[in-house]
Amino acid sequence: MSNEDIQKGLAEIVEEVAGVEAADVTSDKSFVDDLDIDSLSMVEIAVQAEDKFGVKIPDDELANLKTVGDAVTYIASNA
Amino acid sequence: MTSFAVPTGSPGARILGIGSYQPETIVSNHDLARTMDTSDQWIRERVGIVNRRFAKPDEKLVDMAVEAGAKAVADAGLAPTDIGAVLVATCTMPSQIPNAAAQVADRIGVTGAPAFDLNAACAGFCYALAMASDLVRAGTARHVLVIGAEKLTDWVDPVDRSTAIIFADGAGAAVVGPSDTAAIGAVAWGSAGDLVDMIQIPDRHSFVHQEGQSVFRWATTQIAPIALRAVELAGIEVSDVDVFVPHQANLRIVEAIAKRLHAKGAREDLVIARDIVDSGNTSSASIPLALDHMRAAGEVRSGDVALLVGFGAGLSYAGQVVRLP
Ligand SMILES: CC(C)(COP(=O)(O)OP(=O)(O)OC[C@H]1O[C@@H](n2cnc3c(N)ncnc32)[C@H](O)[C@@H]1OP(=O)(O)O)[C@@H](O)C(=O)NCCC(=O)NCCS
Repeated sequence: MSNEDIQKGLAEIVEEVAGVEAADVTSDKSFVDDLDIDSLSMVEIAVQAEDKFGVKIPDDELANLKTVGDAVTYIASNA
Repeated sequence: MTSFAVPTGSPGARILGIGSYQPETIVSNHDLARTMDTSDQWIRERVGIVNRRFAKPDEKLVDMAVEAGAKAVADAGLAPTDIGAVLVATCTMPSQIPNAAAQVADRIGVTGAPAFDLNAACAGFCYALAMASDLVRAGTARHVLVIGAEKLTDWVDPVDRSTAIIFADGAGAAVVGPSDTAAIGAVAWGSAGDLVDMIQIPDRHSFVHQEGQSVFRWATTQIAPIALRAVELAGIEVSDVDVFVPHQANLRIVEAIAKRLHAKGAREDLVIARDIVDSGNTSSASIPLALDHMRAAGEVRSGDVALLVGFGAGLSYAGQVVRLP
């Protein structure tokens, strides 16, 4: 799966969980500061991303995924 | 070989009455924000609580259990002397011995009845309800009083904002008795002791500690399947469920589990317990408290099919389907 595909899939999850428009979920955006997603919504996003991309995102790893780009890179290298 | 004599049981068991008790003092988010670095908005958004009740220092867990238990006995249309056993689900007794149940039984007027505590933390009420149903079905006791009672404020650091904003005090109770048809379904229960570190009060000098996000992840992913298993074990469809009463841990957990039930066929008009908003997280008391409040508010009716599921420290979990009295 290409990074663009991962980002697109992730954006759909973010939209579904947090009601943020998928188009706003771009690589440089910080989940917390730019997209206003809180830590509990991040857990829900991680759970759905695990299902969708077949990757494990433990809580301690999740804490390091600050931007959309961080998450895409993590998924791409762990899926 | 001779077979020993055992009691004659009953084909089923059902809940005959419920009751609850909350301490007088209402504590709002604004009240908490005066003593720790938090805010009404943060608490509403993260946990959904607006108000909770705290017991006074001299109000004991046993006092709350007695109030709730006596109300449930009266609601069942029974006299205390009709009760054959008393089970108190609790994880916050201040004393290691004695237990709560014997004192509660005595003070309600069920003197001499077998009485014991059961600790399965926030799953305690559903565990105890399952035990009560089996005691009645086996004929070991004809009427069992089940009480969930907690004084969490004894075990919470009052200035630890990761727990003090969540936990609260209260008690809820139900009387279980015999029935020609089973109105308490088979229990779906279990434990995950490998995850013990997620929520604990490790010793009597400690306060409750939890890994909030890990608990959140566990509860929002692992509990809906338990609830669905309870539905399956009861031999009904998820669309038959009228009322969903999960342990009131966090409103966002309640909503997340409900969303998964809807995805599996729960009805649009499913009534969902959101008692946490005004009661906080009262551990083993939360399910019967919610039921009693929903009944008083006219949100549920006698005969409704309710799906209960408790989950928490241990980790432990249990769920069952019941018909409301
Ligand atoms: C406890 C719980 C509310 C904490 O929420 P969280 O989003 O995980 O909180 P975090 O500790 O990650 O903190 C997130 C931010 O909010 C802040 N914060 C934490 N508690 C706060 C509070 N009470 N008030 C205001 N801000 C708070 C933190 O400092 C942090 O800010 P920062 O990112 O700027 O550092 C949440 O994890 C939860 O409810 N989990 C389930 C627990 C549960 O249900 N237990 C009972 C099971 S029976």
